[in-house]
Amino acid sequence: MTTLAVIDYGMGNLHSVSKALEHVAGTGVTINVTSDPKLILSADKVLFPGVGAIRDCMSELHRLELSEVVKECAKTKPFLGVCLGMHALLDSSEENNGIDCLGVIPGTVRRFAKGLCDDDGEKLKIPHMGWNEIFQMTPHPLWKDIEDGSRFYFVHSYYVELAKPDFIAGSTNYGGAFTSVLARENVFALQCHPEKSQHAGLQLLKNFINWDGSL
Amino acid sequence: MGLAKRIIPCLDVDNGRVVKGVQFVDIRDAGDPIEVAKRYDEQGADEITFLDITASSDNRDTIVHVVEEVAGQVFIPLTVGGGIRTVDDIRRMLNAGADKVGINTAAVNRPEFVREAAEKFGSQCIVVSIDAKCVSSVGEPKKWEIFTHGGRKGTGLDAIDWAIRMVDYGAGEILLTSMDRDGTRDGFDLELTRAICDAVDVPVIASGGVGNLDHLADGIIKGKADAVLAASIFHFGDHTVGEAKAHMASRGIEVRRMAAKPAQ
Repeated sequence: MTTLAVIDYGMGNLHSVSKALEHVAGTGVTINVTSDPKLILSADKVLFPGVGAIRDCMSELHRLELSEVVKECAKTKPFLGVCLGMHALLDSSEENNGIDCLGVIPGTVRRFAKGLCDDDGEKLKIPHMGWNEIFQMTPHPLWKDIEDGSRFYFVHSYYVELAKPDFIAGSTNYGGAFTSVLARENVFALQCHPEKSQHAGLQLLKNFINWDGSL
Repeated sequence: MGLAKRIIPCLDVDNGRVVKGVQFVDIRDAGDPIEVAKRYDEQGADEITFLDITASSDNRDTIVHVVEEVAGQVFIPLTVGGGIRTVDDIRRMLNAGADKVGINTAAVNRPEFVREAAEKFGSQCIVVSIDAKCVSSVGEPKKWEIFTHGGRKGTGLDAIDWAIRMVDYGAGEILLTSMDRDGTRDGFDLELTRAICDAVDVPVIASGGVGNLDHLADGIIKGKADAVLAASIFHFGDHTVGEAKAHMASRGIEVRRMAAKPAQ
């Protein structure tokens, strides 16, 4: 029996994440959407989702006394951060006039610059919204059966800039390349929403369920 | 390569059935919304929009059940519009599994609602729907006005000014419908689309008037839209979403090719 905790801290669409996980999880996998530190710490795997603004995200994590729980899980368990759950892992974010984050992975969250253009000189919209390609920068068990350059669904105005390129696992172009996926040991985090990325996203969630955290 | 242009089938839902009329008359039944949504997902739709046109507020729960059911089986973004008037309405739709909500009349009645909604739930899930009609005479510079009540009631608001204001208030996306073209199958109002797309920095979805696949491509290439929305051409079997994508790709537009289904 495998247990997977989806951290519920009031930020966003947990319904979608849990539905997608249920869709790909076979029998023998229990999914708990929970804010209970005990359940999270005792789970075999942890998914850290998030939609919304980073200030609310961090203040809710602190209020629910989950900051240390998240950090602890990120040390040991197969850990999947999604969107804001990716941003929260970094040192800080430019959003909301600057917010300190959990500092699990060295780096900063930055806003897309105004006036971004594509290769043809067309104005790029912010938020970056829709299906874009993820180029796999490193082999990883979570890329199993996912074609390099597959499209995933994105919706965000801020992106991750890692302090060191060592942990870049996926890259996406939007007026230049940005880090859309990071990976370090047992931690894997994505800017896009696998739960909304149809087949490719479901495959990734399935790979996460099957992942033991090793490389 | 980069971000793909999106194709969004729209399901007008009345009392739990998909319907489609021509300029709000001659309503034809187009099936069960759950089955229709699943079909479009399998064809490669990039998102699905539900527009609840149920007249009686007593029957509003129907759309919640539809969204819940679809969200458990279809893993692409879902937008719900129609009758979204309060923060509670939004919360209910998001909890049911919607990713975005479309706000239309409520924004016209009280623009601050958009600001409150964006602050509460984030701009990423707030789509402001704009129904615009051309009000300038032939020979005058083009001018479009915002209309509500299915195009019957003018508001005096200029469409371009309104779009800019709504983005300023926190709209993360604009769903732009030409009331002159809606249901006509004559193609998008490309001048209107282009004018709004040039005026705002958020993505714009073109809607109203699609009758053939070239219309979809024109909305992107000439109208500069980020996404195109259509109903009738998909509902009544004229074209599949896959055919629409193949056609758009043949005109040089970047579209999403579906990935392989995960093995069971």
